Amino acid sequence: MTAPVSAKPREGADYGKAGKDAILAGIIAFGIFGPLVGLKTEQNMSNELIVVNDMVSALIIVAIVMAGRFLLSAFVFPYMSQRGKKPTAANALGTEKPDRSKLYARLGLVLIFFYPIIVVSLVGFQGSLKWVDNFGIQILIYVMLGWGLNIVVGLAGLLDLGYVAFYAVGAYSYALLAINFDLSFWVLLPVAGLLAAFWGVILGFPVLRLRGDYLAIVTLAFGEIIRLVLINFRELTNGSAGISSIPKVTLFGIPFDASPDGFAKMFDLPLSSAYYKIFLYYLILLLALLTAYVTIRLRRMPIGRAWEALREDEVACRSLGINTTNTKLTAFAIGAMFAGFAGSFFAARQGFVSPESFVFMESAVIVAIVVLGGMGSMIGVAVAAAAMIGGTELLRELTFLKAVFGPEFNPDQYRMLLFGLAMVGIMIWRPRGFVSSREPTAYLFERKSVSGSLVKEGHG
Amino acid sequence: MEIFIQQLINGITLGSIYGLIAIGYTMVFGIIGMVNFSHGDVFMVSAFIALIFFLVLTTWLGIASVALALFLVMIIAMVLTGLLSWTIERVAYRPLRGSFRLAPLISAIGMSIVLSNFIQVAQGPRNKPTPPMVRDVIVLMDSNGYAVTLSYKQIIIMATTAVLLAVFWYVVQKTPLGRAQRACEQDRKMAALLGVNVDRTISLTFVMGAALAAVAGTMYLMYYGVVNFSDGFVPGVKAFTAAVLGGIGSLPGAVLGGLLIGLIETFWSGYFSIDYKDVAAFSILAIVLIFMPQGILGRPEVEKV
Amino acid sequence: MTTERWDTDPVLTVEHVTMRFGGLVAVNDLSFKAGRGDITALIGPNGAGKTTVFNCITGFYKPTMGLLDLAHRDGKRFMLERMPDFKISGKAKVARTFQNIRLFSGMTLLENLLVAQHNALMLASGMTIGGILGIGGYKAKEKEAMERAKYWLDKIRLTARADDPAGDLPYGAQRRLEIARAMCTGPELLCLDEPAAGLNPRESAELNELLLGIRESEKTSLLLIEHDMSVVMEISDHVVVLEYGIKISDGTPAFVQNDPRVIAAYLGVDDEEVETVEKQLDVLTGEAG
Repeated sequence: MTAPVSAKPREGADYGKAGKDAILAGIIAFGIFGPLVGLKTEQNMSNELIVVNDMVSALIIVAIVMAGRFLLSAFVFPYMSQRGKKPTAANALGTEKPDRSKLYARLGLVLIFFYPIIVVSLVGFQGSLKWVDNFGIQILIYVMLGWGLNIVVGLAGLLDLGYVAFYAVGAYSYALLAINFDLSFWVLLPVAGLLAAFWGVILGFPVLRLRGDYLAIVTLAFGEIIRLVLINFRELTNGSAGISSIPKVTLFGIPFDASPDGFAKMFDLPLSSAYYKIFLYYLILLLALLTAYVTIRLRRMPIGRAWEALREDEVACRSLGINTTNTKLTAFAIGAMFAGFAGSFFAARQGFVSPESFVFMESAVIVAIVVLGGMGSMIGVAVAAAAMIGGTELLRELTFLKAVFGPEFNPDQYRMLLFGLAMVGIMIWRPRGFVSSREPTAYLFERKSVSGSLVKEGHG
Repeated sequence: MEIFIQQLINGITLGSIYGLIAIGYTMVFGIIGMVNFSHGDVFMVSAFIALIFFLVLTTWLGIASVALALFLVMIIAMVLTGLLSWTIERVAYRPLRGSFRLAPLISAIGMSIVLSNFIQVAQGPRNKPTPPMVRDVIVLMDSNGYAVTLSYKQIIIMATTAVLLAVFWYVVQKTPLGRAQRACEQDRKMAALLGVNVDRTISLTFVMGAALAAVAGTMYLMYYGVVNFSDGFVPGVKAFTAAVLGGIGSLPGAVLGGLLIGLIETFWSGYFSIDYKDVAAFSILAIVLIFMPQGILGRPEVEKV
Repeated sequence: MTTERWDTDPVLTVEHVTMRFGGLVAVNDLSFKAGRGDITALIGPNGAGKTTVFNCITGFYKPTMGLLDLAHRDGKRFMLERMPDFKISGKAKVARTFQNIRLFSGMTLLENLLVAQHNALMLASGMTIGGILGIGGYKAKEKEAMERAKYWLDKIRLTARADDPAGDLPYGAQRRLEIARAMCTGPELLCLDEPAAGLNPRESAELNELLLGIRESEKTSLLLIEHDMSVVMEISDHVVVLEYGIKISDGTPAFVQNDPRVIAAYLGVDDEEVETVEKQLDVLTGEAG
């Protein structure tokens, strides 16, 4: 609700207008939340659907909306319009001073590297499980997926809403090949990557001439087709039930189990699944860093520059002799390959895969991470992954809220709701994402970041 | 032959629902060039609104006439869903107008997540079965034990769709609002210079699309008798397919596309495999976008160099 | 008639090219030749089909009918109407600029010029794999490409801004950068779509200098669409005039300038006058034939 702020010369708050805005917002909020929250449909004992009155909750929400709207009208908008009048010097120019992001990146990397050790020393082995697995590994998987998709969306400017399909290809490749042919993770990791890349080319080829939102929708359709085939091709994939007891990863042949030649026995350590989790943490960290390294190298290669040029202007690329078909396909293939790596890691970590893990929502989450991070920026993507995935995981931990809202309150179910709200909010707050400037890939005299306002985002 | 006619009837019914949703996609795309990703979920919310008010009207207020209740429910759903869509446009899309191209799409995806999860939290994750509203059927043919039926529900859906489309067509073609919409479609800046209130026109476009989606939502609820918080996504994608198939930006195209998608889906389920019916829908979407992105009634786009 | 260079040594031969969009005939049976080392200007009123001709030559459109033959200095020949656009620029060495400038605005000037050398660099990087592993002569080639970029930055006097984003440049400089970027592909024929549009007189004079310099030092043939008659008359060796997709005049600037059909097309005449002019022309051509 962004009613234009009245252009009054007087500074400060106009409470009358804010009050009116708040009342209007309240009426609208009541229209929406009144029935949807205030009238709850439930099944009674005889399985009939009845309506239960819960107007109190609805009115609380309406009150919150009104208060929020009042604060926005009275304080936030006047403040913002005041600030908007004075453009900062950095905004006026296209180039920005190189910031300290490099330093932060290094510090962050050190922190990530020692994270399991810090966690273990703080909460002990058993306590570390949750923090290493649910937070560390989970976030790093999304960092890796974000970085992989960043090649397609951020660099080449091709909006892919079906990225999770390649993640699924990687996961199922590992699951099926490991179970049926008894091959180890280390053999299957590159195989899964190659298979995913192959599918990237197969699915990429027909969509290359599409542009804009159409490309996004077709990739979405392909992603859904792959998931539906996984559900319905029961002979191979076991359908919605999924595939279970997928072999774990071994440390160069040393399994993480209770057997005599298992990791714990071998090093004479007490049995704990924490070792395996910490091992997995470093494994996904390694894979993510590989993704980052390859991306950074590729950006300085002709192919990487061609990707970015493609994002800026495809017609100009063609006028310079660049084979845009091949250029797009390599972006699709390499992006898919990293999803394939991540997918086989995911299958090995879970020990179980089912089509349920590869729904459209996953693709949307990964795209959101890339866009929220700032397209093309690796640090931004990592920060976005940590904030969005870590933040929503953190919700599970907020058990003290049960004390406030009653025992049946489950903060977990608000996870995706808040995720969606954050997506909308961040887009409005920073349409270009957290890190909007672009680092040039070559320079003559000095490296200057390019302001995000000049960088295009592709038409595909 | 009997199966064919039965599937034809079912297909047209389903297609009417898709067509009603598709108009919302096609109008918004026409006027601001954006795929309104949350439209499918707006449709789902409208079905919930219809469900809630149907229960309120019949159990609390004791309205015995199902026809009257359905009519009132439809009107209420149209109003409230229009209000919801207006709010969404205001909050999540308008601030991003003229911003980077991906921003509104991401915002719309976010909104879609918000809507489905909001309903999940507010109304619970379970399926919501309604008591059957209209039961009567007309047996058209009966041979060898296979009866071709046309239910009253189907008649209501087809008739409502036809009437609403006529009204809607009149609004778009003959009223000042429709003229403003078409002007904004052609050139938003110029329309603004000529005194068209562009913001209001766009808002009203969202409201109109949502009102039609609410009709579809009410019909969907009546037809299937059950609704779930996750029911927005697949019908949304299918309706979008319909809009593209018919030629995005074209209103008759959206209806035609909706009917085609409905028919393809029912015939596919009837003659091939029900398992792969969504695969068929998604494949058609991909094939249409790749090979005939201008759709059936749309104008071809010439690449400008 | 004297034999001109475009007849004896053409770099580009356009033969009977027709381009239709549905019912609209944008270019109708157009034939002309552009001489090697010449600056050939394609002029005509708005909507005459000039840019369409450009798009046919550079492969963005496939002509409905007709032949487009390009001959390199070393005798290699290319049938442009059969080649996809990126091969026309990559293999047949036809570079172009655009009417509404198409720079990679979020990339620096240097990057813009490096992208233009994509094909050579791609080969040197062993299709990326060698470059990533650090084998092959990629480093040396990249240095060479940087030198070339620097050379062109000097030529367009934008060296100081090498590390600024292209989108930050003023309009005139963007035009020059686009020409430099096209030249970085090492073209045999450079097609310029209204290079002087929107330039002030000083910038326009500089542009003339740049174009003449390109012809002199790079031996590149130029084909340009232009509305600015001062540019056309000053630098071009050969002018082809289009109106409604049909060639109405073809010759030296002096010849074209005095052609009554051209005058009629540009100044606009009454219908009756056109008829009289056409009659005169018929008489003239009848005499010539």
